[in-house]
Amino acid sequence: MKKTYKIEVDCANCANLMEEAAGKTEGVASAVVNFMAQKMTVEFAEGADVNAVMQKVVKNCKKVEDDCEIYL
Amino acid sequence: MNKKQKMVLVRIIITAVLLVALNLLPIEGIAAMALYLAAYLIIGYDILRKAGKGIINGRVFDENFLMAVATIGAVALAIIEKSGDFNEAVFVMLFYQIGELFQSYAVGKSRRSITALMDIRPDYANIEVDGKLEQVDPDEVETGSVIVVQPGEKVPIDGVVIEGSSTINTSALTGESLPRDIAAGEEIISGCINMTGVLRIRTTKAFGESTVSKILELVENSGSRKSRSEQFISRFARVYTPIVCYSALALAILPPLIRFVFLDLGGDWASWIYRALAFLIVSCPCALVISIPLSFFAGLGGASREGVLVKGSNFLEALAQTKTIVFDKTGTLTQGVFEVSGIHHCPIENKKLIEYAALAECASSHPISKSLQRAYGAEPDRSRVSDIEEISGNGVTATVDGHRIAAGNDRLMAQLGIEHTPCRSVGTIVHVAIDGKYSGHIVISDVVKPTSKQAITELKKAGIEKTVMLTGDAKSVADKVAADLGVDEVHSQLLPADKVNEVERLLCENTGKAKLAFVGDGINDAPVLSRADIGIAMGAMGSDAAIEAADVVLMDDDPMKISKAIRISRKCIRIVYENIVFALGVKFACLLLVALGAADMGAAIFADVGVMVIAVLNAMRALRAS
Repeated sequence: MKKTYKIEVDCANCANLMEEAAGKTEGVASAVVNFMAQKMTVEFAEGADVNAVMQKVVKNCKKVEDDCEIYL
Repeated sequence: MNKKQKMVLVRIIITAVLLVALNLLPIEGIAAMALYLAAYLIIGYDILRKAGKGIINGRVFDENFLMAVATIGAVALAIIEKSGDFNEAVFVMLFYQIGELFQSYAVGKSRRSITALMDIRPDYANIEVDGKLEQVDPDEVETGSVIVVQPGEKVPIDGVVIEGSSTINTSALTGESLPRDIAAGEEIISGCINMTGVLRIRTTKAFGESTVSKILELVENSGSRKSRSEQFISRFARVYTPIVCYSALALAILPPLIRFVFLDLGGDWASWIYRALAFLIVSCPCALVISIPLSFFAGLGGASREGVLVKGSNFLEALAQTKTIVFDKTGTLTQGVFEVSGIHHCPIENKKLIEYAALAECASSHPISKSLQRAYGAEPDRSRVSDIEEISGNGVTATVDGHRIAAGNDRLMAQLGIEHTPCRSVGTIVHVAIDGKYSGHIVISDVVKPTSKQAITELKKAGIEKTVMLTGDAKSVADKVAADLGVDEVHSQLLPADKVNEVERLLCENTGKAKLAFVGDGINDAPVLSRADIGIAMGAMGSDAAIEAADVVLMDDDPMKISKAIRISRKCIRIVYENIVFALGVKFACLLLVALGAADMGAAIFADVGVMVIAVLNAMRALRAS
C-alpha cells in the first residue's frame, strides 16, 4: 500500500536524509521524499500497521533532521 | 515568509543590534563577555542544539556540527588569547543564519513558483442539488454523475459534455495556448479551464482515474527517479564533509607542528587554528546540494508547462544525450486517419463513385470503409443496399440501387474476372466495378501531419544524428513518407515484435553515452516504448496505457514537441553542469584562500552565500523553455 504525506523541510540535503531514515524504518518497503513538492510517499510492507509505522517514521526523521514536520 | 523564517529574522535583528551596541558603547570586562555570550546564544542556540543532537544520534559531520565547532573554537581562541574579541564568533554565526534564511526563502519561493505552474489540481466539483449548485470534493463524485462547470472554473473530472457549449483552454495540459471549442456530445478531459459557457458534464471516470490525477501523480513521483548528476551530488556530499573535517584538522595541527619541530619557528598555533575553523565554515556544500535538484525540478516544471511530461530527472538527462530517434509511422508522423486522396480512371462522376463504394461498404467496420463513409459525408441510407457479401481480405460486393457493385483490391477484381487498371499512387487502392464494368479506383492514404517535416528538420538542427521510421505498412507507402519527411532510415512491413528487434539492433549500434528514443502513439507499441532508452508517447491525453509505458509523455500529438523537449532537457542539463562547476570551483577557491590565510571567515561565508544565491537564480532559468 502506498500513502502520500505532506511534509515540511527546509533544505534539500535534509530531505535526502529523511528519505534515507524513513526508508530504513521497519514496516516501510520504500520511501520517497519529493523536496520540491514537499511530499513524502511511503510504500508500506505487506500487513504493516500504517499508523504505528508512521509514528516510527516521524521519530526516525526527527533524529536525522530536527526541523522537519510530517503531517499524518 | 513563514513563521520559522520570521523567528530567525527577529533573532538576526536582535543580534545585529547587540553587536553594534557592544562595539560602539564602552562596555568592558565581564559585562561585555556576558553580553557577547548572550548574543552568541540568541543567534546560534538552535545550531548548537542540532549539533549536539547530531552527535548523540551518531550523525557527526553535518553543517551544524561544522558551525558549532568553528564558532566555539573562535570563542575559545578569544578566551585563550585574552583578546576579549568575541565579535568573530557572533559575526560568523550571524552571517551563517542570514545565509540560511536567505537560502530557505529563495528556495521556498522558487519551489512555490514552480509548483504553482504545475498546479492543475481542481479543488472542488459543482453538483446540482435541487436546482442549486453545491461544491463537493471531486473525490466524492461518483462515476456517471452530472457535474456543472462554470466559466473560469477547472474541469475537475473526465467526462462527456451533455449540455452547453464553450471554449476551453487546455494550455495547462498541452502547452497549447489556442483555445478549443467544445459542444455537447464531445469528450472533455479534466484539467482544462472552461472559458465562456456553462457546461454540464456526465463523468466517465472517478477523480483518481481522471487525466488530471494521473498527471499530478506522474509529476509528483518524478522526484523518485533521480538523475546521475543528482546521485553524484548525494554521493559527493557523503564523502566530502568527512574529508573536509579531516583536512581542517590537518590544517590546524600539521603546519604549526612542522614549523615548531623542523623549522624551529614559533608554532603560531592560534592563526592556524583560526584558518582551520574558517576552512570548516566555507566547506558547507549547500549551494551544490540545493541547486542541482532545483535545476532539475525547474526543468521538469518548464517542460510540463510546454505539455511535455517527463517522468523523472534521469529521463531529462537521457533526453539531452539522445542521438537517435526512432519513430513509429502511423499516428506519430502521420495522422493515423485514412483519407480518400484520389480517384482515378473514373468514367462517371467522382462523387457518384464514392457514393456507390461507401454504400457497398456500409456494413463494414474496416478503417478503409470508415474513410469511404467520411468522404461520402452523409449517413448511408441502408435501405438502398442489399445482398452485401464480404469477401474477407479482398473487399465487398453488394447491390446498390439495383446495380451490382464490387469494391475491393486487385484480387477481388481478378476473382470476378474484371479487367482493371493498376494504380501508381501510394496507398490503399479500392477498385470499383459497376454491373461488372470497371469504373475506376479510389486511393486511400494516411495523411502526414502538417508539422512532421518541420519536426524532423528541427531535430536535425538540435543535433540528432539519426532518424529512423518503423512501420507495419507496405514498403511503397513507407518509402514515400520517409522520403517526403527526410527520415534517414526506414523499415517497413514490421510486426510489433520486429519493431522491438529493430530497436534492439539500433541500440547496439549506439556507442558510449548516446541514447535512443522511441516515439510512438502508445497504441500497440508499449513493448518498444519500454525497450528504448527513452520511450516517448504522444497524444497521450486520456490514454492511460501510454502514460504507464512511456518515460516522456507529450500531451498533444504534435511531433514538434519532441525537438522542444530535447531543447528543454539540453538547457536544463547545461544549467546543472554550470552550477556544479561554478559551485565547486568557487568552493575550492575559497578553501584554498582560507587555507593560505588570504580570506577571513566573514569573506568566506559571504562568498558561500553568494554562490548559493547565484546557483539558485541560475537554476530558475531552466523554468523558461526555448
